[in-house]
Amino acid sequence: MTAAPILEVTNIEVIYKKTIQVLRGLSLAVPKGEIVALLGSNGAGKSTTLKAVSNLLSLENGAVSAGSIRFAGTDVSTLRPHELVRSGLFHVMEGRRIFEDLTVDENLVAATYARTGSAAARFDLVYEYFPNLHTRRGVRAGYLSGGEQQMLAIGRALVAEPQLILLDEPSLGLSPKLVEEIFTIIARINAEQRVSMLLVEQNAAIAFAVANYGYIMESGRIVIDGPVERLTRDQDVREFYLGLGGEGGARSYRDIKHYKRRKRWLS
Amino acid sequence: MEMDWLLLAEVSLAGLGTGGLYALTALAFVIIYKATRVVNLAIGEILMLGAYAFFGLAAGWALPWWVAALGALAVAGVFGAVVERTIIRPMLGESPISVFMVTVGLGSMLVGVVELIWTADPHRLPEFMPNTPILIGDAFLAPKIGYGFMVAAAVIAVFVLLFRFWRGGVALRATASDQAAAYSVGINVPGVFSLAWIVACMVAAGAGILVGSIGGISSTMGVFGLSVLVVVIVGGLDSVPGALVAGLLVGLVEALAGAYLGGEFKLLATFSLLVAVLMVHPYGLFGTREIERL
Ligand SMILES: Nc1ncnc2c1ncn2[C@@H]1O[C@H](COP(=O)(O)OP(=O)(O)OP(=O)(O)O)[C@@H](O)[C@H]1O
Ligand SMILES: [Mg+2]
Repeated sequence: MTAAPILEVTNIEVIYKKTIQVLRGLSLAVPKGEIVALLGSNGAGKSTTLKAVSNLLSLENGAVSAGSIRFAGTDVSTLRPHELVRSGLFHVMEGRRIFEDLTVDENLVAATYARTGSAAARFDLVYEYFPNLHTRRGVRAGYLSGGEQQMLAIGRALVAEPQLILLDEPSLGLSPKLVEEIFTIIARINAEQRVSMLLVEQNAAIAFAVANYGYIMESGRIVIDGPVERLTRDQDVREFYLGLGGEGGARSYRDIKHYKRRKRWLS
Repeated sequence: MEMDWLLLAEVSLAGLGTGGLYALTALAFVIIYKATRVVNLAIGEILMLGAYAFFGLAAGWALPWWVAALGALAVAGVFGAVVERTIIRPMLGESPISVFMVTVGLGSMLVGVVELIWTADPHRLPEFMPNTPILIGDAFLAPKIGYGFMVAAAVIAVFVLLFRFWRGGVALRATASDQAAAYSVGINVPGVFSLAWIVACMVAAGAGILVGSIGGISSTMGVFGLSVLVVVIVGGLDSVPGALVAGLLVGLVEALAGAYLGGEFKLLATFSLLVAVLMVHPYGLFGTREIERL
């Protein structure tokens, strides 16, 4: 028997500027404690899905015109974005969106608005996961490298101590080595902090290395979904999303998978 | 002709003194611009509102000056909250030019209200600052300008510290840097807008009390805002240090031009400064590069 999912999206439709329909009856669920991957080509509507969940859609003249979104059992539609964050749902937006004029430390201070209790211990936790950031804590965030900025974006989420993190393309513009490093930490955070994640990615291989379940979307709806083990065996998925022919292994990402196994072992 | 160093020193001091008040009012402008990206052309009239509220409470109701001052700040704060909530926020997402035109209208409305209640005649504010002359070396500085400058400097210093070290200051700068991202980390962005307008209107009102006690008040004192506009463009619309440096600079240039070239050259001198700075630094001395889609 499985517990109720932390996030349940049911048949949503999203319209921008009252005219452009982007999502057409999309449904997905994130079980507690798991990482769920959401894949799809450019413009499929992945970021729109995340913005619908975090209510940031309203800032871009978008609206959920049908369907429902439930986070931890409650309907999110009436909550304003900052209230939703305070209730435990944190959205790490596409393109990192760190505050460039603020220092690394101040970026984390800004994220303390996401919580009600003290945050001091959380700063230590962030610097434990990302020692690089600690040495640069007084530096203006705009001067950080792309990888460090992504670490800071994830660090802000850690400060918030959320139940669910929405991660929009954390691999964007990073070198393969850095992608592997960051995903190792994402898997660690999921295992050690017991935080559920909905992960949007272009890089299907790395997403499958950390995720338990995957959804693949095209033009605003889900076309395939299933446990990652099954998706990696699926012929279409292998060909179109993992970039593999009939045979040959996907890039192994063995170290990352280690966390996935260990977590299953722990729980 | 021999250079009169004492005169130069006294003119410069007076210029810097006025510059402190420019800097203070410019700070009010910058707070609103940073948080909400609204170019508030009513800042001079809000300053006037503060001065008249003080006048009404201190002269009309005969309250002690410090009670009247607190009252005037409160009036301005409430005014800022109401304007933000009922006029500015509903315009969110509209073109910056329409919002900016609305603030122009707001300014003329304030002038109308003030003339309706107090007529267009000039008035003097009750005396509340010490009037012992200030001597710096041999140079004499009018006491009101000197004390006005000190108050302005103290208020500015407090704000600089708040921006740096108070969590709310971080929220304001985060909102200024990226609104959607500010929402995404849990910052109550509309709350920041509100707070920015309240605080900025209070700062402008405080500047109004100081300006009014130096030169008296009238329904045209809002033109002070014109010099402040030059200050913020020179300093960079979104820069606190820019507002401070440019405030002092513009005060100094105006005073020197007034003393050595004649009063009619004041405006010419400040606008020449404006053009010169913009030619070298299109975004002002300290302005952020990517802004300005006006
Ligand atoms: N603010 C907006 N206004 C109008 N249309 C938008 C807006 N944002 C996105 N769209 C449109 O919605 C569609 C889906 O966009 P979305 O950003 O969700 O795609 P995505 O799957 O995240 O793509 P990518 O992988 O490139 O990030 C696109 O066709 C895009 O043009
Ligand atoms: Mg996207």
